[in-house]
Amino acid sequence: MTRRILARALVAGAALGLVPAVSGFVPSARAQDLPPDQLVKGVTLEVVELIAKDKDIRAGNRTKLIELIDAKVLPHFNFAAMTALAMGQSWNKATPEQKKRLTEEFRTLLVRTYASALAAYSDQKFDFRPLRAKATDTDVTVQVRVLQPGAQPVPIDYSMEKTGAGWKVYDVMVGGVSLVANYRTEFNNVVRESGIDGLVKNLSTKNRSLAAAAAAPGK
Amino acid sequence: MLRLALAALVATLAGCASTADRDPRDPLEPLNRRVYRFNDKVDQVIAQPVARTYRKAVPQEVRNGVRNFFGNIGDFFIGVNNFLQGKFEDGVGDWARVAFNTTIGLLGIFDIATDMGYEKHNEDFGQTFGWWGARPGPYLVLPLLGSSDLRDGVGTGLDMYSDPLGEVRPYHTQYALWGLRLTQTRADLLDASRILEEAALDKYVFQRDAYLQRRRSLVYDGHPPREKEPQNDDQKDSR
Repeated sequence: MTRRILARALVAGAALGLVPAVSGFVPSARAQDLPPDQLVKGVTLEVVELIAKDKDIRAGNRTKLIELIDAKVLPHFNFAAMTALAMGQSWNKATPEQKKRLTEEFRTLLVRTYASALAAYSDQKFDFRPLRAKATDTDVTVQVRVLQPGAQPVPIDYSMEKTGAGWKVYDVMVGGVSLVANYRTEFNNVVRESGIDGLVKNLSTKNRSLAAAAAAPGK
Repeated sequence: MLRLALAALVATLAGCASTADRDPRDPLEPLNRRVYRFNDKVDQVIAQPVARTYRKAVPQEVRNGVRNFFGNIGDFFIGVNNFLQGKFEDGVGDWARVAFNTTIGLLGIFDIATDMGYEKHNEDFGQTFGWWGARPGPYLVLPLLGSSDLRDGVGTGLDMYSDPLGEVRPYHTQYALWGLRLTQTRADLLDASRILEEAALDKYVFQRDAYLQRRRSLVYDGHPPREKEPQNDDQKDSR
């Protein structure tokens, strides 16, 4: 987490009167301490701004966009939790090695998907909804709406859990569609047909073909 | 409507013969998959190329105008559906949108109502039936129309029957308008469909589950009650 996001989030927070003006504490504030809605807002705005300024990414350089997401967005996701939720019962039957492989492959797939979504929609305006949660809550939903001309706004809901290392996203709902729930049937189907190793193989084949397609000229 | 009646009949028959492996929400999966493949072919060969060309050739401002124009026509029945669901404030808002956009917005080409604070809603007859308590029924893939279910299929029939575009004469103007609206809609979905291609292990399953989740969310206007944990294949007793 860079100082810039922090600064931006704090400025936004202060402007909204959310952060008490206790200047002595501000320099020591870390990402871990940010409330989840400010974290989402800060990261979203920073990433969108970085994309807007980057000619390569705007020209379609997917590798660079994925690097950006790796650096700025991924630290705030709990991929092990996402994979476990998407696997359902099968997760408990996986060996630690299988769990590690599954999480890595699922993470790669989600990052690529996320990159495509960002590339397509980063020009839109965002409406960051106020957080409706108690200060003591450890599991919250942060709501953002993507505003697009002539259409109903698309809600994006981040399910976030408080951990020792700050708030982490464990599911994203786009227009009411939970990403984790949407993979559950797919994962279960593959596991039933070819076991957990089959799912690992299936995911890595998918990732490799996507990487190859992205590297191919003219794509 | 005959097609729907047929589909319902097949659904009942297939319900008796469904195997243990099959998703209970999708008893017609083999038939649906066949229709899905057909739709996908038509999409690849005709709809997508037309939509891509349209997006390349027509400037964004014009496309926004086209989207707004058809959106304005749709707002009238979105309002009707909000009234049928007892959401009077939303319905009045929808009709206010039609009034302002049709006049000041030059036949709906400019969506000035949104700037005035009247947000666009998403309603249709399928959602109204759902709001009244109708279950989705078996998942259906309709020829050319794509993802649906029994409830939404009947809803789509009503949507199309009540569509103001059906009143347009002469017929060739009406068909041209349908064509333009389809092209605009497909062009708006180009990014989403590419993301689907990338994200899914099995496109059919991914799209089906997304559709069912999405419709459930829409019926409850974005606030569906928490669902019971989806049954797992390992738990024989779960249902």
